[in-house]
Parts: sequence; structure tokens; C-alpha cells
Amino acid sequence: MKKKYFLNANIIDPQNSIEEIGGLIIDENGKIEAVGKKVNTNNIPSREKYIDLKEKYIIPGIVDMRVFVGEPGFEYKENFRTLSEAALSGGVTSVVTMPNTNPVIDNVSIVDFLKRRGRDKAKINIFPTASLTKNLEGTNMTEFGLLKEKGIIAFTDGYKTIQNTRLMSRIMRSAYDLNCLVMQHVEDSELSKDGMINDGIVSTKLGLQGISELAEKIIIERDLTLLEDFNCRYHVSQISSQKSLEVIKKRKEDVDFTCGVSINNLSLNENDIGDFKTFLKLSPPLRTEEDRVALIKGINNDLIDVIVSDHKPEDEEQKRLTFAQASTGASGIETLLPLALELFHNESVKLKKIIKTLTCNPAKILKINKGNLTVGNDADFCILDINKPWVVKKENFISKSKNTSIENRKLQGKITNTFVKGEELFKI
Amino acid sequence: MANVKKAIKISQKHLLGIQDLSIADVNYILSEAKQFISLNKSKNKKLDILRGKTQINLFFEPSTRTQSSFELAGKRLGADVMSMNLNNSAIKKGETLIDTAMTLNAMHPDIIVIRHQDSGASNLLSQKVNCAVLNAGDGRREHPTQALLDALTIIDRKEKIEGLKIAICGDIVHSRVARSNIYLLNMLGAEVNIIAPSNLMPKDIGKLGVNSFSDMKKGLKDCDIVMMLRLQNERMTSSFLSSNREYYEYYGLTPDKLEFAKDDALIMHPGPMNRGIEIDTRLADDINRSVIKEQVELGVAVRMACLKIFCEK
Repeated sequence: MKKKYFLNANIIDPQNSIEEIGGLIIDENGKIEAVGKKVNTNNIPSREKYIDLKEKYIIPGIVDMRVFVGEPGFEYKENFRTLSEAALSGGVTSVVTMPNTNPVIDNVSIVDFLKRRGRDKAKINIFPTASLTKNLEGTNMTEFGLLKEKGIIAFTDGYKTIQNTRLMSRIMRSAYDLNCLVMQHVEDSELSKDGMINDGIVSTKLGLQGISELAEKIIIERDLTLLEDFNCRYHVSQISSQKSLEVIKKRKEDVDFTCGVSINNLSLNENDIGDFKTFLKLSPPLRTEEDRVALIKGINNDLIDVIVSDHKPEDEEQKRLTFAQASTGASGIETLLPLALELFHNESVKLKKIIKTLTCNPAKILKINKGNLTVGNDADFCILDINKPWVVKKENFISKSKNTSIENRKLQGKITNTFVKGEELFKI
Repeated sequence: MANVKKAIKISQKHLLGIQDLSIADVNYILSEAKQFISLNKSKNKKLDILRGKTQINLFFEPSTRTQSSFELAGKRLGADVMSMNLNNSAIKKGETLIDTAMTLNAMHPDIIVIRHQDSGASNLLSQKVNCAVLNAGDGRREHPTQALLDALTIIDRKEKIEGLKIAICGDIVHSRVARSNIYLLNMLGAEVNIIAPSNLMPKDIGKLGVNSFSDMKKGLKDCDIVMMLRLQNERMTSSFLSSNREYYEYYGLTPDKLEFAKDDALIMHPGPMNRGIEIDTRLADDINRSVIKEQVELGVAVRMACLKIFCEK
């Protein structure tokens, strides 16, 4: 590989506290050789060509902590190749994949298959999770230790929650012993049973069964109480309401845990569901505008550590149904960063903070050396034209599934190039 | 001037819910319906306004009165009416609502009347077919012709709606009739009291501009109309109430509770009734108080008006 030189870029690397105009040098092995304001034309041999980025942004490759892939079992929704292409176009270079596949990722032998497929078909870094319980049934634990040795990065039942309190306490003990990360989708399944959208005036008007915000709060409170006993590595996958945030604020003082939010809950509210738009049937559901604003505040106050895409590809047939019958989730890996940039453009969140929640924060929780531009590390990064205006159109989606929650939204900011291990894998 | 043809006054292509209608739309439908009331009582009930038009009744949920009312309404106007009960055919074979809609659409109907167990089903259908769609009840969301016939019944007896105090009592959370009536009665200037145990009260109902009560006696105070709703046990997936006996004790309409309403208060019920659960059987049959039969009768007139107006669109 030839060395690569980029100059005159706005470099943002929150992990190394870099926020300056400078350059980036990639060595022959695809590692970062030098970065920052010290890198200028003087560092470059006169015969070498360099790229003048004219103040475009260089940011570390995004680490998306919550991604559903259809492989194995639902390849028609998304496979590793299409996921990888979609991710690259959105500046995402590492993904954490959910175990809700068919068969479920719950035993050692399937992990081998998964890793092989990921390696052969995906150009991005795939970090697979395994389920907390066998076949996602919420009754018997999987082999955390053996699975971790095989390369499983974390344990979660994906869009399902461990409902049994005794089992949850035992999961935490095992995870504590084996130093495993537990990620919980927080929703009491009895309280939210048959629920489709936020419980409130919109659900009353549309005549749809509501999901109370308390269903989320109860599980968070339960899990954080259990953590007092065995403080394993614990991550609340996504929160959606102000009430949950209040609990998190209170408990961050005495228990160690981290917390994520979906970009959907930061950018949309229940009113966007309008006339039964099934593409906005999400879990957790979109809540009120007050909740959305509170979640943004939660990012600014460091109560929320991570923003995820909650990328859940669903084929259109599963969405062209009545609201009750339609499947849940939205395809979002391609629009994660551009949609998050809306919060920067409308001055809700500082750019560095947004990048932090998308790069080094998730990497730290996962204990992986990604999401930074540290010298000597893999050159996983992307180039961003932060002001480029564009309109979201599902026909332009690279993902196999086009179920975007933000069709026709006018966004500002687009990834122009994405590099993994120094290799340019996406170019607009 | 008397024979000048009325301009089409309705603003919508479909009748999906009261929410979509303006006051002018409602008044237009009600005035058309009034003209059919006497026709329905006459010897020769047949008109040919809709001759050559095809009406499909698409019922995914069992229904007797609404379906027969729509069928009769269409036939009296001269339309070719086909009724399909799909709760045990195509859907069971895995066909989706849109597939069914496309199939029917290919037969070129002029109007489709749909009843479906899921909220929003009529909206979905209306996006996929070329003809007008009349919502005959979608899940818990709306049942617009029921609200219109209720309004017509009230006007028929009380000569107005504006200024009346109307109580809607019972299983509000599962009721499309309640929602459509709340929108319509509010629009026409009534004061609406909603009465239900908290377990059957939808969240934030007050934001729809109604007063809510869990004490039936307080909610009935000085009401001109008492509209009782059926307890929809088939939609209750878990325990909402301890027993029918207790429900009757606190939320069943009995003579002593009715005392709290005005002396000339009328009793309404969209049917079918659970006698002895939400309503005392004597009250239901009391010809001085109950207008339940009249509701059914005027239902045909309202549906004739809706079919006529939306078929002409």
C-alpha cells in the first residue's frame, strides 16, 4: 500500500482531544503515522502527492453499537455485504451486530460461521454479540465465557428484554465473573404488551395500543438495583423518555453503567407517525417532543454515552400492512451521522460531542481500540463535507432494505470518503 | 332557483373518520340523510340514484347491524351490493389487506365499505384503490357513520346538539364509537363527559376537549343524553375488570344512576348490548327514554346519504 497524505483538514478526534486544522498521514501498512496540526507540507517528501481537503472534516470511523443484520436466516433483508456497503457510505467502519438471527447467535459453533461470513463478505469491522439466553427465550443463559473466547464482544437479547429478575441477577453475576459486557433492551414486556407507539394523546387518537414510558423505567430501575450487588459491565441499549433519564441521572452517582440512545429518538417524535406511517413503528417507540428535547440534554450532560442507528432492515412487504401487523424498526446506518449532524447544525449539540458519542465512547464501552485517530492504530476514518445539502430518498439507499424513518428529510452533511485500515472503500 | 343543482360540498374523497370532516361536510351529510328518513318509512323504498354502481362491503370483523345497514342502504339506492366476510377466508390463507384491496380494485367497484380489526386499515386501503372508501369501523380508531347516525338521532329528538350535555360511558379505550362521537359532538358544540373506570380510559383523553370521570354519578349530572357503550370483552387480552357483576354495580346504567341525569335525558347504545352488564334491561327497552331502535333506523338513512355523496365524488 502506498502512503497517503491528507492536508488542510478539520480534524476531530475526541479521544485524543484533537479539534484542529491539520493533516493525516497513513503509512504503508494502513496505520496512522501522524495526525494533527503539525502535519503540513513540510512533512511530505516533495515527490509525494497529497490531497488538499480544503477544510473538509476528518473524523474517526463511526462505531455503531446496535445493528441488525439478516445473516443468517433473513438474508433477503440484509447480508454482510450489503450491510458493509451501506455502513461505509455512512462513515461507519465498525458495527456491533445483534444476535436476533435465525438460528440465533447463542452457541460457539454458529460464531465460527458468523465470523467467517463477516470476514469474507464485509469490508468493515464486524463485532458480533451473542444472546444472553438460549434461543432468546429468556430462560437459560448462554456460555458467556466460551463465546467471549470465540470473539463475542457483548451479550444481549437484542430487541428482547430479560424479564425474569432472578435470571437477570444471575446473568450479572456470571458476566461479572467473566468480565463480559451485558447490553439490555429495557422494556417490561407485560406492561408494554401489544403496544405499538407511545402511550399518550397520539395513541388515543389513532386508536393504537400505547407503550407506557414506565415499561422502560421499571426495567432500568430493576437492573440498576441488581447492579448494586454485582456490578458487571452493563449498558442500557437505548432509552426513549425523560423519565428514564431522570433515573439514569440519579443512579450514575452510585452505580457504574453506560447508556445509549437511538438517533431516531433524538430526531423524531410521536407526531411524525402522522397517518399510520409504519416506517416509524420503532422500539423503543418515538415519544413526545419534551422527551426528545430531554434526550438531547442527556447527551450534553454526558448522561447518555452513545448514539446508535438501531439499524433494523425490514423488507417493504413487512411494512405495507396495517400498523398492528407491520414489523418494527427502521433502516438507519447510512443516515446515522448526517441525521446526527442536524443536532450540530441547529446548535443543539457541539460537533465534538456528537462525534464522541459515535466513535470513542462506544469503543471504550466495548473495550476495542477503534473510534480514534491515535498514531499507530488502523486508519479507520472518514472524510465529511459537513455542509453538503441532500435529501433522503429511499431509492438511493444502499442497504438491501429501504425502510427509512426519514424519507424526504432535508439533511446537511455527507460522508465523501471512507477508509478502513488505510484503504479507501467508499467514495461519493 | 329552487331547482339549481347543489354543488358537491364534501371536501374528502373518502369517509375515513370524523376527524377529516368539516362542519359543512357534517351538515351536508346530515341534511341528505334527513331526506331518506321518510323514504325508509314509505311503501316503495327503492331509488335508482346509484343504479349501475358497484358497492363492495369488505368485512374483516363480524358485524350484523352495520353490515346489514350498509347493504340495505346500498340496495335502496339501486346499487349492486356485494358483501364479503373475510374474517375466515383470504386472510387466513395469508393474503394481506393490500393484496385483497388490489384484487377487488381490479373489479372496478365504485365504493368499498370496510370494517377491520386494526386501527388505520381504512386509511391503508384508501391509499391503494381508485374508488371511494367508507370506514365502517377500524380497530379502536373511528366509526364515522355510527357517530353521524347518533348525531342525527339526537337532532331528531332534541332538535339541536349545540349546548347539550352528553355523557359517553363504558369501555372507552377499546371504542371507535366513542372516539368518532367525541370528535363529532365537540364539533357540533356539545359538552362531552366521558365516564369509564381508569382501566378503560385512554391516556390523555382530556386533550380531546372532554371532561373525564371515573365516578358515573358525577359524570351523569345534568346530562341530556346518556350514551352507553358495549363492554368489548373480545378486545380484552388481560384482566381489565374484576367481574361483570362489579362493573354493573358501578358503571351499569340503572334507574338510580339515571336519576342524576336530566329528567328528559335520552339513552343511546350503538349495540349490540350486554343486558345486565352495561345497561339495565328495563331501561334499554323503555320507550320513553331509550332511542336505541331509532338509532338503528336512522343508521340506514345516514348510510344512504354517505353512499350517495361519496359515490358521486
